[in-house]
Amino acid sequence: MSQPATISLTDTTSQGRRFRDVGFLVALWLSLLLALLTLATLVITTLIDGVPMLNRDFLTFFPSPFPEDSGIQSALFGSIWVTVTSGVVSLVFALGTAIYLEEFADSRSRVQRLVGLNIQTLAGVPSIVYGILGLAFVVRAPLNWGFTVGSAAATLTMMVLPIMIVATREALKAVPPSLREGSYALGATRWQTVYRQVLPAAVPGIATGSILGVSRALGESAPLILLGALAYVSYNPTGFDSDFTVLPLLIFKWSTEVQEEFRPLAAAGIIVLLAVLFALNLLAIIIRDRSRVKW
Amino acid sequence: MTGTQTTQVGNQSGAASILRPMETSTSATGSAAITEQVVLKATDLNVYYGDFKAVQEVNLECRRGQITALIGPSGCGKTTVLRCFNRMNDLIASARIEGSVTYHGIDIYGEEADAGEVRRRIGMVFQKPNPFPKSIFDNVAYGPKVNGVKDKKKLAEIVEKSLRGAALWDEVKDRLEMSGLGLSGGQQQRLCIARTIAVEPDVVLMDEPCSALDPIATARIEDLMQEIKSQFTIVIVTHNMQQAARVSDRTAFFTTEINPESDRRTGRLVEVDSTRKIFSNPSDPRTEAYVSGKFG
Repeated sequence: MSQPATISLTDTTSQGRRFRDVGFLVALWLSLLLALLTLATLVITTLIDGVPMLNRDFLTFFPSPFPEDSGIQSALFGSIWVTVTSGVVSLVFALGTAIYLEEFADSRSRVQRLVGLNIQTLAGVPSIVYGILGLAFVVRAPLNWGFTVGSAAATLTMMVLPIMIVATREALKAVPPSLREGSYALGATRWQTVYRQVLPAAVPGIATGSILGVSRALGESAPLILLGALAYVSYNPTGFDSDFTVLPLLIFKWSTEVQEEFRPLAAAGIIVLLAVLFALNLLAIIIRDRSRVKW
Repeated sequence: MTGTQTTQVGNQSGAASILRPMETSTSATGSAAITEQVVLKATDLNVYYGDFKAVQEVNLECRRGQITALIGPSGCGKTTVLRCFNRMNDLIASARIEGSVTYHGIDIYGEEADAGEVRRRIGMVFQKPNPFPKSIFDNVAYGPKVNGVKDKKKLAEIVEKSLRGAALWDEVKDRLEMSGLGLSGGQQQRLCIARTIAVEPDVVLMDEPCSALDPIATARIEDLMQEIKSQFTIVIVTHNMQQAARVSDRTAFFTTEINPESDRRTGRLVEVDSTRKIFSNPSDPRTEAYVSGKFG
């Protein structure tokens, strides 16, 4: 029980412990660096190839088999048509489904859990599978819609819907039960509680999840290629029965052409697509921060 | 479902049968002939969560103009019983009750009774202050709004009256548009009380309303309870025996015992009497042991 003469606060347990601590940090930095380098290389090479092509003509000209006359106008409009349609339709159905499952359905019922599990699985199904589904049921019989704005929007809706349902359910789950109790205790009905308390509190989560779902629809090409997409469409869509193309399809087409002159066009298209995606994500962040509630 | 339950005669009140005695009077009200009107009455109330019997054989009356305190150790079912009084347990899918709870003689679980209307008349203040993420004004106006008040002037009147009633008006009158979440804990709880009385309930149920508050805020809530008790029937659950002794007129003591049927703990009401009697000269040795601090 002797008192040490001098008290030291230095770590004397082992050298190895401190070494492992530093080593772990270095490993984390290296992984971060690797990820950033890969991304930076991709973005920079795309920028170098594509920026010279970015001008008004590129945005206003229509796609054509001749690289010097090529632009993205119809693809841009096609992307807007398809993405907005599938986004709005998915949001309506996702809200309904998620609100029913979270707020109304009996959480103990086996059917409800089965439905929940299925939706979760659907959210992870590869997009090409939705392309096959769209081809079999929407483009051909029974709907026989052909490759139109409508059939592409329907296919992308099938793909985005489960993602949005899952995101919306999570947002509703994150609303504290005390909020619902407070509302019910004042005599509010279930619908009043959902509409006036739970939904407003869940808006940030729902908005973020939905915008990420829409971004996915915007960037998707695989299912649309399978549907039998056109690429060089020289007119803007006029309705749901109209022919069209979208940005990712055009980029895909350009990058697989034999002529080298199409490569910079593909790069420029990627830049436009990235800019739109970036803007959407920024919007999601802004909505989330603006309407965040501190509990 | 109901009526098949066999019970052992454990308590002095000979409630051996649970065959839904709709209007049987109980003798558990003690000797003093109190004339106050009975507002809430639980008769042979058993509450289950799934197969688990949380609390059994509760016979309790709550009277107008009085504060009834429910005390007892953790897990004795006092909060469960409180939540049965305004059907908040309906929100828990697995919860169900046997026996009856009546409000002015009407079965609140009856076919005619609407849970929303029951809760409008029998309000509740929760353990943790839970203001809505809205302005102070909208917090108080929410209840009247969902119950159909649309007139803006009328709403403003209700908000002022309720905030005054909850002794919060002077502190917040200049910032009614601020978020209710920006208030201190004690103010938030008074806001929740204002919100509750804004729908003009008859009964206010309070579930440990001061357990998240400091002593000064607690004292303000207790004063407030005394001020409003003439207008409302108040039932309060509290862990704090001093609080029960300070604020209540009648006290119900609950305890928990191993249930021989399930081998799990089930709460039960031991005795209910005037607060003075419970704390000075209780009839049951278990109450005596608890209020004198021997357990719990």
